[in-house]
Formats: sequence, C-alpha cells, structure tokens
Amino acid sequence: MESTIIRSIDYNAYFGDNHVVKNVNIEIPKNSVVAVMGPSGCGKTTFLRGINRMHELIPGATAKGKIMLNNEDVMEMHPIFVRLKIGMVFQRPNPFPNLSIYDNVIAGYKLNGIKLPKAEKDRIVEHSLTRVALWKEVKDSLTKKGSFLSGGQQQRLCIARAVAMEPEVLLFDEPTSALDPISTSTVEELFHELKKNYSLIIVTHNMQQAARVSDKTAFFYMGELVEYDETKQMFTNPTDIRTQNYITGRFS
Amino acid sequence: MNTNAHVKYRIGKSRGFQGLILTLAFACVIPLLAILVYIIKAGITKINWKFFVNVPKPVGEAGGGIANALLGSFIIIVVASIIAIPIGVLCGIYLSENRKSKLAYWTRLCVDILQGVPSIVVGIVAYFWMVKPLGGFSALSGSVALAIMMLPIVIRSTEETLKLLPDTLREAAYALGMPFHRVILKVIVPCGMSGILSGVMLSVARIAGETAPLLFTAFGNPYLSANITKPMQSLPLLIFNYATSPYNDWHDLAWGASCVLLIFVLVLNISTKLITRKWKVQL
Repeated sequence: MESTIIRSIDYNAYFGDNHVVKNVNIEIPKNSVVAVMGPSGCGKTTFLRGINRMHELIPGATAKGKIMLNNEDVMEMHPIFVRLKIGMVFQRPNPFPNLSIYDNVIAGYKLNGIKLPKAEKDRIVEHSLTRVALWKEVKDSLTKKGSFLSGGQQQRLCIARAVAMEPEVLLFDEPTSALDPISTSTVEELFHELKKNYSLIIVTHNMQQAARVSDKTAFFYMGELVEYDETKQMFTNPTDIRTQNYITGRFS
Repeated sequence: MNTNAHVKYRIGKSRGFQGLILTLAFACVIPLLAILVYIIKAGITKINWKFFVNVPKPVGEAGGGIANALLGSFIIIVVASIIAIPIGVLCGIYLSENRKSKLAYWTRLCVDILQGVPSIVVGIVAYFWMVKPLGGFSALSGSVALAIMMLPIVIRSTEETLKLLPDTLREAAYALGMPFHRVILKVIVPCGMSGILSGVMLSVARIAGETAPLLFTAFGNPYLSANITKPMQSLPLLIFNYATSPYNDWHDLAWGASCVLLIFVLVLNISTKLITRKWKVQL
C-alpha cells in the first residue's frame, strides 16, 4: 500500500454527553477507496463529518483527539482550510438551487469570492463535469438551474462541485442512499475513476456496495472501530465475531 | 348500520358540511369586497390629474389635491424602510441561525410582544424619543415610529423563510470551505429572497395606512414639504383630519385619498404574491 493520507489518533466525538465515536485509530491510504460500514447509529457518519470538521457545526457537538492530514492535525487547523483540502458529498444531492449548473460546479470559487478568468472557469467546469461523467449529458444546458437535473445527475453535480476544488480527500456520506439503482451504479463506477487522483472515504450502510467499491473496509459498531482490513479479507475472513455477525446478517 | 338509508344520510351530512365550509369561506370575502366597492365608488369620481398634483386649497376654493400627502407618505415610508429593513433582516437571520440560544429566545419573545403593541403607544414612544429631544414634530420621527411597526413583520417573515431552507444547503456551503458570512449572504439569503421580500412588502402595506403613530410625530402639514426634519403630511393623516372636518370639499379629498391608499395597498399585496411566485427558488 502507498503512503497514508489521513490518520486519526484517539479520535472521540460527542453530542452533548452522548459519546458517539470512541477512540478511533485508523489510517487511510492515499489513492484508495475506504468504505466505512456499520449499523445505524454506530457513529460512522459522525466520524466522517469529524474528518473535515463538519461535526462541530451541530450545536452541542464536540470532539477530542487528532486527525492528521498528511502531517498536519486538522483539529488545529482553521476549519475553512480543512474543508478546502477535504471535500464532501452528502447523502441527499444538494446543489445550490439559486445557481445554474455551471455556477454550481465552480461554486467553491464563485461563492468564496475568488475571481477566475472565463477560460479558466470553463476549463474547470468541463474538466470536473467530465470527471463525474456528466459533461455529455449537461453540456447544452449549463445555464439551467441545478435543481432541473434528476437525482442521480444532481448527485454527480455535487461530486463535480467537490472535485472542482481539487481537494486531496473526498468524503462521501451514504452518497447513493437517495438514488435509484442505475444512478447508484454510475456513481459507484465513478469511485474507481476518482481514486486515481483522490483518496476516498465512503460511509455506506450497504454491505454489497462496500464490497464492490472499496479497497479497504472499516466496520464500526457502537461508536468503536471494530475491524479495519483489506475488503476481501474482511468479507471472506473477518476476525471479530461482531463483524462476522454483521456481515452474515445476524444483526443490522 | 350500513343500510342504504344510513349511507345516504351520511352522504347528505357530508354535502351539508362541505356547503357550510364554502359559505363561511365566502363570508370572509364579503367585508373586503364591500369595503372595496364602497370606497372606490365614493372615491374614484374625486380622482383626476389635479388631484395628484395640487395641494389642498383653503375651505371654499375648489380643485385642491393631495400632492403633499402623496409625497409625504412616500418619503416617510421610504425612510422607515431604510431604518427597518436592514435591522429586521439581520435580526431574522440571527434568529434563524441561532434557534436554541437564550438570546434568540428572548429576542423572539420581544419581537412577538412588539407585534402586539398598539400603534398609538408606538406613536407616543416615538414622541418621547424623537419629537421632544429634537424640539418639534418631524417626518423623521414618524418614520421611526413606522419602522418600529415594520420590524416584527420583517423579522418574523425573514426568520420563518430561512428556517424552511434545508440544513443540507448550509452544509453544502460549509463543506466548500465558505466562511459564515458568505454562507449567509451568498447562499441562504438568495435562496430565501422571495420570502424576505414578501415580508418587506407586506410590512410596507401594513404601515402605509397607519395613522396613530403619525399623530404626534409627523403631525401633518397642509403644504408641500420634502424636509424630513419638519412636519409632513401623509395619506392616513390627511384622511383622518379631513374626514373629521365639517367641510364637503375636504370630505371629497378624504374619499379620494382613501381610494388611493386602498388601491396602493391592494397593488402592493398582489405584486407581493406575484413576486414571491416568480422569485421562488425551487428546492
């Protein structure tokens, strides 16, 4: 495996007194897809949102420990720098409804007040949309509103929006749970393409998806990281009894 | 129980209930229609070009108009809006972004109470805050009184509109590394623009006809004046003063002014509806 891009050290997250992520130590390798799975309420989404400091936006939410991005602790950085380096795609597609498809892709620049020459913007838009396999579908309707697209297209638009910022890591919070099967497989195919340039962490409650798309898989249960291994190893020969039970469907 | 007769009885009862709802809904429309018809009938004949460009003539002379009241109302409302809109919208943003904080709770309570404060009381307060210290009646003090009347409507409509925007929208913006002020100004406010705007327009419609807060502030002025530090005429004041006078010419002016005011408020309300629909951001 290649070098590590993200390493969490004794990471703990809380909602008020509720301890939802407990002492997580995990290393995310560069240019790979890591799936995070586990039953509902196991803290997987909270952990993901902790990585780019989105967790603390919720009133009453706190976190302890370290999350190293390369060799910098994101807990010590300003959240805005963190989020520029670690992009995020959410469960439900959330394009900006007041912006056109074009402006949605460059929203990270436009809304942050970064002025770019027109040619540069065009390049970023085409490049990002091509990356997410959306360019052919929307190139003639770039001026239409983002909400005009179908759910699957909207989700790819949101991925393009994150990709346009050229982050190092992309976080996906159950990116396909609101999509139909065909859109889901399109998005899953994207992961293989995207990992050439980025490191991906995907939270999913769908085991088949984790098995299909990831290189490594982490299993969370009750806020703890129970097991973390190569995906193949994890699904064929899990070491922990809880992982085994989860994978074989004894609880969900 | 499901005999033919009983089913028919239930169908009949259902029809009766539907009829009752329809009748009562229609009954709500009647007062408005009655006012509209009555005022327009009485006022429309008094309105002509001179009515808009002349100032009132002394008793006995024909051909007076309400130019001073039109200009006065316009200035007083614009100044009130300049005061109330920024404060109201910012306060609404604060309330929608800080739903659970103590300060937000107390602010919300105060705003609700402010909405219930009688307009005459607001007028008296403006008198003590503005007229007395400044040493005389002024349009500006009237604007302040009206701004206080506008605030609760602007604040609550801004808050309610922005609250309805999904959290996923804020998250999308934050996840792109946007700072708080840009999330608010570039994403939240534009997406809620139609609601904010409709609140602003409704609040203008609300204060356009307010008389009581202006009685001891803008006071009224029979001459054309655009100086906001001096007394100024306005439509509701003109109606109040002239309708209670004993002269027929002045009654005519009051009718005409009522008609103009009513049409203004009506147009404002209808255009609010149209603008809200047109500017609505499809989520």
